[in-house]
Parts: sequence; structure tokens; C-alpha cells
Amino acid sequence: MSDTDMIDAVLDRHHRDGTRLMQILRETQEQFGWLSSATLTRIAEAVAWPRAWVEGTADFYSFFHTRPMGRYRVLWSDNITDRMLGNSDLMQAMCKKLWLEPGRVSEDGLVSVDTTSCTGMCDQGPAVLVNYRAITRMTPARVGEMVGLIRSETPVAEWPAEWFAIDDNIRRKDMLLAHDLAPGQALSAALERGPQKMLAEIKAAKLRGRGGAGFATGLKWEACRNAAGHGAGATHYVVCNADEGEPGTFKDRVLLTSYADLVFEGMSIAGLVVGARKGLLYLRGEYRYLLEPLMSALATRRTAKLLGKNILGTAFEFDIEIHLGAGAYICGEESALIESLEGKPGRPRIRPPFPVTHGYLDQPTTVNNVETLAASCLIAAHGSESYVQHGTEKSTGSKILSVSGDCERPGIYEYPYGVTVRQVLEDCGASDCQAVQISGPSGLCAAEAEFDRKIAFEDIPTAGAFMVFDETRDMFEVARNFAHFFAHESCGFCTPCRVGTTLVRNLMDKIARQHGSPYDIDELFKLHRLMQGASHCGLGNSACNPVFDTLNKFRPAYEHRLMSLDYEPAFDLDAALSQARQMTGRDDAGAHLQNEAET
Amino acid sequence: MNTTSTFNLDSEDIPFTPGQTIMQAATAHGTYIPHLCWHPDFSAHGSCKLCTVKVNGRFGSSCTIEAQPGMEVENRTTELDDKRRTLVQMLFVEGNHFCPSCEKSGNCALQATAYELNMMSPHFDMFYPDRPVDASHPDILLDFNRCIMCALCVAASRDVDGKNIFSMGGRGLLGRRVHISSESGKLGDTDFAVTDRAASICPVGVIVPKRKGFAVPIGQRTYDLAPISKQVKETMP
Repeated sequence: MSDTDMIDAVLDRHHRDGTRLMQILRETQEQFGWLSSATLTRIAEAVAWPRAWVEGTADFYSFFHTRPMGRYRVLWSDNITDRMLGNSDLMQAMCKKLWLEPGRVSEDGLVSVDTTSCTGMCDQGPAVLVNYRAITRMTPARVGEMVGLIRSETPVAEWPAEWFAIDDNIRRKDMLLAHDLAPGQALSAALERGPQKMLAEIKAAKLRGRGGAGFATGLKWEACRNAAGHGAGATHYVVCNADEGEPGTFKDRVLLTSYADLVFEGMSIAGLVVGARKGLLYLRGEYRYLLEPLMSALATRRTAKLLGKNILGTAFEFDIEIHLGAGAYICGEESALIESLEGKPGRPRIRPPFPVTHGYLDQPTTVNNVETLAASCLIAAHGSESYVQHGTEKSTGSKILSVSGDCERPGIYEYPYGVTVRQVLEDCGASDCQAVQISGPSGLCAAEAEFDRKIAFEDIPTAGAFMVFDETRDMFEVARNFAHFFAHESCGFCTPCRVGTTLVRNLMDKIARQHGSPYDIDELFKLHRLMQGASHCGLGNSACNPVFDTLNKFRPAYEHRLMSLDYEPAFDLDAALSQARQMTGRDDAGAHLQNEAET
Repeated sequence: MNTTSTFNLDSEDIPFTPGQTIMQAATAHGTYIPHLCWHPDFSAHGSCKLCTVKVNGRFGSSCTIEAQPGMEVENRTTELDDKRRTLVQMLFVEGNHFCPSCEKSGNCALQATAYELNMMSPHFDMFYPDRPVDASHPDILLDFNRCIMCALCVAASRDVDGKNIFSMGGRGLLGRRVHISSESGKLGDTDFAVTDRAASICPVGVIVPKRKGFAVPIGQRTYDLAPISKQVKETMP
């Protein structure tokens, strides 16, 4: 098959539909390793899009390459938890063995080694992606073996199977993870109730979004249901947000690995309520290895009449498709996710209008987190009354936490809402804990004094990340890692976030080099105030949170690095003018800089 | 009844018609809200954030927020202008802006806005990015060193010229850039014409005509004559 035939086969598989560009680009790249200029032209012609649009998308995502990146691309997950497990030394050792600089492709085009944002394997790191396949628990021995396999050009598919083993590490089950529902049970209960009553049940259960923001799921579904579709293709959509990019979060990975039926069933229930016939699951590119198992789970559901036409013998029709992302944290934002689903760069939209009225392909769309959809099954099957027995008044039900960092038992912990930070720390075996980063870099850095606070929407809301740092950890380095993360993931759309995240990163690096002064600390606060109010979306608004939190709670970690705690510049502007004053014979107020500044 | 609707902008009553944004209503009234990526002829892009105002105490972009009766909007306060000055400084340091040698000096919205906001220095360290110029087109030079990512060329080429020659792509500070619709990525390999709307839309000095320089002497140019805040128009070049 010629190159053109291979591209055309991919294009045909996607009906030459530009809105499927992400999948077209990924599948094409899986064939060729990268996306050449000619390939992009061919794709643009076939989907009848301006070439610049196609290139704009290819250029936006970290996992698409418009130049060759080596037949083996090794990406080291660079979350702070990977750092704490020694990924830097391992990556350096790998580069040394391969005679490589990080980020550069070897002269023979064989291999490149670089870092990537958190790959969601924090409980079994240090982790890497090799040609976008996840490998966990890297060790010096594995690095050595891997280098050998790369040098001998052994296909990744033939590498030791145990390297690709990914554990669920479920440590504590509650109502969701210990569910006893058979596939179809919740959906059948929902069908029996009908959409109106099912919606009422979700509202009565006070279900709220598990992605962190905590918006009432019932209100979202209702707004979507009530919104009219637009134009000839008027319809409604359900989107499952499985772009679990917040560093330290990996609970959706486990739900999709071992509870996929529950997630798909939740999507179907949402479809029934909002009146959708199609659901889309947006799976982050880092979880590429889950695509085939999820596809086969979908096929099983179709055979069982749980998807497709006449579901469970009723008139209800609903099916689900999986879209893969390509390495962009911003796509976790629901409107950016929709842009990505439509084949565009993941740029958050101007809101209003909100997705519930103008979402995917401009149609009413409900975007829900994986865990929210799974939880809706419990409400469908057992009713709201039993659901509200769990959790707190304002936060009903349970929350799945992904625990990593300095503890004996990292992994998945499900609790009823209202559990204290201290309880979680006790259960996971964290001793001498200094701080916990809750809900990832954009969340809260909790210090010891806050450990009696509760995991709940009314106290500490979270998407699930729970990264533990013991007394030996340097909280400045934690914040610096997060500053690098945001600078890398800023989409670049708005000025404050595009430039601000890089300015913050540079200031943190300056302080790390022991060149900082109190002035730089003030600059960090100034940037925080600007970015928090002026940014286009949540990324920019929360990008300074880790810096702000650690500056307030762990100030000594910064101060011991500063050149001087009461820094005065050696250069005195007013004194420098003394010669000029002498020459002109002036000594009035206007001839003094200091005086001028004071007036 | 609708025609009498007003909102309050810095203690001035601004009339508006339903559906108008704060920016549109203020502009129609002749009141200046600093902005760079907004243009009266095109739908709001909302990226520069210069037009950030405080609406009933909350920050928001005046180019995208619809006016509502009785809204209290803060515009030229010290707090907001301080933020805007920082944003302009950010735009200066992320690109390569050398006003004294730039043909657009005096006609440049970035420069004029910096003067308006009393920007005295770039404040931050310059990034000095590597942004190659594109001289491939016979009549137009593209100097991306001066790009502020406003995407007005994208809108003009798409909405007026119907050519889609430009597109914003890439990610983050170093990646974000204007893509040109040709396999070579060169403007010379597109059907771009000097008569296109997109050829005259650039608020800074990225898209400049060749063989025509300093036709109007420095000192007599648009923003030499009056500050940008005194030249509020509902239609602009």
C-alpha cells in the first residue's frame, strides 16, 4: 500500500469529515510516526478544510508531530510524584546510554527522549510513554533493558508484557466501587422511570459534578434537555469527559479499566434524560492503551441490546463513540474539549453560550465527568433516597480519591463525602506529612493546620488528586514543578495566561538558582492577581494557586533561597545624578529622582 | 422602551440596544475602553484581555459581556489600568517590538495603547523569540516579530475575503502563531492580495505593504495627532 493509499484509508474510515480531524491525524501518525507537510495537505484537501486549520490543529497537541521525532519516542511523565520517585535520574541515565540530549532526536532518527505532563500513573511511577504506550514502575534495570530493545529496534509490541501492566490499586471501596449492579440493571430502572422522573431523581439525589467544580448534574441535564437543537441536524449530545489531565488524578483510569460498563450505562442514562441518541467519550491520549478494551466493552453492550436501537426492547436509541485526545491538559475544560471533538485546537470558547445550549456541533450538549456518570447509575438503580444517606447535606454520595506521593499504600480510595484529610492520610499510611496537594496543581495545597478539613464541596472540593508530601520534601520545588506544568499547558489564547504562566515559571527558576529577591516574590503576587481576574478560562485563573498557597503556607522554603531578605539595590539612582546636578548647578526638587517619585 | 436602557460606566450613563456588548455600546457612545483584539467590524475574539472591566464588582471582558440595564461597570480605574499596563508589557516582551525602526510607528494600536496607559518600560525581561519574517509575497511583507495574536487577520480573511488564508495555531507562549494556508507555509504561495481586507486590518506592524514606506511622516500619523482614547470610532481602518 502506498503512503497516499494509507492516508486515504484512514480518511475513508472517517468519511472525510473534518470534525473527525483529531482521529484522522492520530491514526495517520500511528502509521507514519509523524505528520509531514504533504500529509497535512492531503488531509486538508480530503476534508475540504483550509490547510492552515489542519496545521493549526496538528501544531496544537503535544502528541502530534509535524517533524520526525524518532522511531521510538520515549516520554517521561514529569509530575512531582514521578520526580519524587526519581524520574530525573532515570531519564538522565537513559539519555546518557543513548548518547542523547533530552528533547533532541538522535542523529540516525532512531529515538528521542523527553518529558511529558503527568500520565496518570502516579501510584505506580516513575512512568513513561513509549510511542504513546504506557509503561509503569521504571527502574535503573528497566532503563538498561529498554535501551537495549531500542538499539536492537525491537518493536514495542514485542517488549516484555509485564512492563505494560497497570494496576488498579483499589484500597478502599464504598458505594460506587462496591456496587452490585449487573450490566443493564441501572439503565433498565431508568427506562422504567422515564426521562422526566429520572431527571427528578438525579435532582433529588443532589448529584454534583465530580470534575471539581461541583455544578448540579440535574440542573445541567435539565438545561440541556430543555434547550432546542439547531438547524437541520438538530439533536442533543452526551459527552463523557475522560480527559483526566489534572496531575495526580488517576481515578477515571481505574473506572474505565474495571468499571467501564457503569460509565457507559451512566452515559446512556444521561442520553435518555436529555434526549440524545449519541454519546461521545473523550479519552485522554495518555490512555491510548484503553481504546481497544473500551471498544470491545461497547461491542458487548451492543450485543446485549444495551446500546444501539430498541435498547432493552424499548424505543430508546443510543450509541457511544470514543474519541482520543492527543496530549493537551486544556481539553479537560468542557468547551475546549468540545472544540477538540470537532477537530480543532483545544481553545476554551467564549461563554455564554454554554455547552448545554450550544455545544458539540453547536447542538445542546451535556459534558459530564466519568465518575459523575458512573454515580448516576446508583441513583437510577437504588433511588435518590438511599443515595442521600451517604455523604453530607451539600455533598451527597461518595468521592474517589487518587492518592499518591509519600505514603505506604498509594492508590484508589473511595469515601463518603465529608471524610477528613487526616483520615485519608491515616488510611494510606502517610507519616510525618507536611502537606497535601488536593485536586492537583489548580486545587489547594493543604498544610498540617488544615488536615481536619473535609473533602466536600462546601469545604475542600476536589477532582480526586491527593498528593502527599512528607517533612523531607521541599514545597518550593513542588510549586516550581507545577509552574512548569502550567507554562507548558497554557493554550496561548489569552495574554495573561500565555505570557503570565511563562513569567511565573521564569521567576520560580530564578529563585531556584538563588538569584531571587523579595522583589520577585512581590512580582509573583502581582502576576497571581492579574491572571486570576483577567484570564479567559480556569487554567489561567488557577495557574498561580500552587505558588500562592506555598508562598503563604511554606514561606521559608522560598526565603532561604533569596539573595537577601531585605534587599536594597546597590545602584542609587539619585546619587548617580549628583554629577549632573553639579555640572548644571541645579539642586532643586526637579533635579532629584527620589523627590520626584515621592510627589 | 428599549432605547432608553442605560448602564453605568465610570459614572457615565451609556445607552445601549439589547444584544449590544459593553464594548459596542461604549464605542457607539464615543467612550474609550482599551482594547487590541476587538474590532467593530468583526465578532469578538476576547483574547487580549485589555478590555477587562469590573462589572458589578467582577472582572470580565467588555467585548463579550452583553450590556444589561443598570449595570455598574468600572473602566478607567487605577486598578484596571494597572492590570492593562501589565498586559501591554507582556505583549511587548513576548515579541520583538522595535518602535523606532517600525513602519507602523504612530499608526500602531499597541504603541498608542502603551502611551495611553503610561507604560514607561517593558518591565519584564524580554523573551527575544525567534520569529522569521515572510517576504515571499510580491506586495506584502509579514513580520511576525510584531504579532500580538489578536487574530484580526484570521477574521478578515475568513469573514470578508472568504479565503481563510490565516489561522491561529500552536500552543503556549512559544508555539502560538499564525499559520498560513499553503504547504510551504509562505504567503507567496497563497492567493492573498494587497486589496484583501486582511491586508489592512493588522493593528500592529505584521502585515505591511512593500515598496511604500513612511508615506506619512512620523509626527503626523494617526496617534501622533491625538491619543487613541480620543479617536473612538464605530468603523476603523
